[in-house]
Amino acid sequence: MEITLSIVIGVLYTAGVYLLLRRSLVKLILGIIFLSNATNLLIFLSAGLTKGEPAFAQKAGEETARQVADPLPQALVLTAIVIGFGIVAFTLALKYKYHQKTGTYDLDQVKQTDQS
Amino acid sequence: MELSIGILFAAAVLSLSIPSRLRPLKGWILSLFPLGIFIFLLTTIPELQNNGVLETNRSWMPGIGLNLHLLLDGLSLIFALLITGIGSFILIYAHQYMQGYAHTNRFYVYLLVFMGSMLGLVLSANLLLLFIFWELTGISSFLLIGFKHKEENVRQSAIQALLVTAFGGLMMLSGFVMLGLVSGTYEINQMIGQSSSIINHGWYLPILILILGGAFSKSAQFPFHFWLPGAMQAPSPVSAFLHSATMVKAGIYLMARLNPVLGNTMEWQTIIPLIGGATMLIGAYLALTQKDLKAILAYTTISALGTLMLLIGIDTELSMKAALIYLIVHALYKGTLFMVAGSIDKKTGTRNIDLLGTLAYRMPITTVVALLALLSMAGLPPMLGFIGKEIIYEANIQTPNVAGIVTTLGVISNIFMVWVSIFIGYRVFFRKSYQGYKTPSETSFHFWIGPGILALGGLILGLFPYQLGENIIQPALGVIQAEQLDIKLKLWHGFNRVFLLSMFTLLGGVALFLLRHQLIPFFRRVNKKFFDVRFSDMFTGFIDGIMAFAKGHTKVIQHGYQRFYLMVIFLVVAAMGWFQLINTRFWEIEMPVQQVSVYTVLIALVITVATLFTLLSRSRLTAIISMGVVGYGIALIYLIYSAVDLAITQLLVETLTVVIFVLVIFKLPRFASLSSRASKLRDAGIALIVGGFMTGIAMKAKHLELKEPISDFFVKNAPGKGFGDNIVNVILVDFRALDTLGEVTVLMIAALGVVALLKIDRS
Repeated sequence: MEITLSIVIGVLYTAGVYLLLRRSLVKLILGIIFLSNATNLLIFLSAGLTKGEPAFAQKAGEETARQVADPLPQALVLTAIVIGFGIVAFTLALKYKYHQKTGTYDLDQVKQTDQS
Repeated sequence: MELSIGILFAAAVLSLSIPSRLRPLKGWILSLFPLGIFIFLLTTIPELQNNGVLETNRSWMPGIGLNLHLLLDGLSLIFALLITGIGSFILIYAHQYMQGYAHTNRFYVYLLVFMGSMLGLVLSANLLLLFIFWELTGISSFLLIGFKHKEENVRQSAIQALLVTAFGGLMMLSGFVMLGLVSGTYEINQMIGQSSSIINHGWYLPILILILGGAFSKSAQFPFHFWLPGAMQAPSPVSAFLHSATMVKAGIYLMARLNPVLGNTMEWQTIIPLIGGATMLIGAYLALTQKDLKAILAYTTISALGTLMLLIGIDTELSMKAALIYLIVHALYKGTLFMVAGSIDKKTGTRNIDLLGTLAYRMPITTVVALLALLSMAGLPPMLGFIGKEIIYEANIQTPNVAGIVTTLGVISNIFMVWVSIFIGYRVFFRKSYQGYKTPSETSFHFWIGPGILALGGLILGLFPYQLGENIIQPALGVIQAEQLDIKLKLWHGFNRVFLLSMFTLLGGVALFLLRHQLIPFFRRVNKKFFDVRFSDMFTGFIDGIMAFAKGHTKVIQHGYQRFYLMVIFLVVAAMGWFQLINTRFWEIEMPVQQVSVYTVLIALVITVATLFTLLSRSRLTAIISMGVVGYGIALIYLIYSAVDLAITQLLVETLTVVIFVLVIFKLPRFASLSSRASKLRDAGIALIVGGFMTGIAMKAKHLELKEPISDFFVKNAPGKGFGDNIVNVILVDFRALDTLGEVTVLMIAALGVVALLKIDRS
């Protein structure tokens, strides 16, 4: 099952990189989203996959010990998802404003930091 | 002793806070500091005479061998006396000279900082410490040359001096480091013991050349000499102090100090005399055709520095003695002459010797002072300069290998010196025409007291050379040469070869002076023909070339196209990643096909198709919605593999993202085909390389072997200590609560950023 997910990760990274290399403003943001999704998935995968055993603590009545999913990467990825969302929102606002100010959507026009 | 350096630095700070009531006495007050140190140094003479030393050693950064190791011995003493003694008079002189200049506060700070660093330089017994002080003198010299920084050519000269000496300083530092590696220490005293092994080491020649690079550039040796005439842009007290009496001697000092370590070799006795001799001759020759009084003095300084370097290079007992005496001689007369030049400049408004004249009648005291110094420069009795020149000739004659050449060079240079001395004396003081801009009058006390005492010093020491030799020269010589020598300095040596050479020099100088009307135009023509290349211009051109090169370079590398920056980053990461991936040993990847679940494959297919849609769609809406599908697909994967919270979060975030996008999207531009087909293919290739690498990483992620994952701790303690059954939640809000706080902060800042961006125009 890792093989399937590994390929999915590869596909997502490929898409992310390709989009980042475009000149269009909007595609840049889409690329960031792809990269962040792909990375989350990679972290999640690297801890090993457990099917159908969410990381819940054992009930007192249970006798046999269950092997639950690793909670740590889940916590990490959860944080990453939320922060990724923050980045996307900010970038979106930034690029929107940029487009509004300059009227261009071509990243190749964005060459100088100074106004001149 | 370490106090004395501290006192000078403290005086630099103190000079800023002198109350305005005392301001008229500022120079006097400040001069008390170096004067006090000077007297203290004099009291150490009896102790140093018996080869004693004053020493303090504190470790500073022992890890790299840098110690605050200060040592006062005979050699340091000569320099320290010159620095503090002349320094006191310079401060008094500057007090008057600098009136009418803006920012004199800064001037005193720079000057005192320089004095402290220079003193530190000659007291350092640790090479790294010496280097620090060395660079400090360079920086304060830069600040002083550029004191009148509003003028373009002043700035140019200052930066040129800084670059040349700093470049040499770097060479010297690398030489020091190599020397440190060879000997295992940066303490000069410990190196002396290993001298023979250092000299026979394969690195000896590179070490010598690198260190000489520093010494030559600091002491204005050919071909680095050009920065010194430029440095004459500095106010006259600075020229007198830094650029003739002290700082430019640092290179001489360094080589004398290192002679016991690196000296007495064929290389030493070839390279240094050659460069020194060339500098001596070129300096003296170029001095002849200058018109600016300070420029003449600058070129004769270069010549004198060349002489000193030559003597150090000859490396016999006699030559070292000659070097030490000439060092004192030169500091005394040249410091005087520069100060006199400054006074004349002040009083007449010009330094052009074609305009000056008759000053003997109008500035009698200054004239007497200047004539004493000129006598010393010409090497005439009874001045100390005479003894200096005599002993130099003696040393030249006794040079081991190249006595003939060295002596000839020495005689020619000295003839030029005699000529220049007579020339200055006649032109400036006795010629019957005067065309200066102001009517000159005798200068005030401040202006002649310092130079007067220095010039008298030259006379007195000339009359009592024995005391000088016993008290000052001999202890210093003991440091340079291990064996004790009997040094007797005398005014009268008898009729020997040296005396004949002296007579010849004097006659030659006088003869040339009488022929000046024919010779000077001739020399000027020669200069025009052969010395047309100006080193300082070449240097400026070189620097401009470097700047242009850097500019062109930056334009290529920092082109400003974001996507090409990214491309480079991706390619480098992927290349290194693939390399590592292929080279890692655990290459087997378990691919249990039977375990592949149908659900997963289905979801993977959906994600892939949706991704392709995003990539290829021309409609913005389609792209965003299919991107949402990708996100939901990932949420499903989380769900299948036991990550309930992740699935929920992913669903929420994805929904929010899509909603925001849809809100904004119609204000954003449509997709347009900006790239050509070829560049699309190229980017796709790069993307595939990176993606493929990430797939490989993902497949190998299983092979990571973490020792005792801390997850077990969380699983075990969540109910008991965190009071929750959902372990992921407990981690977020309890075990790693601070992380979550940070996360919330990030989100808040992002939100503030968004609000601020959207509101920019409304206000």
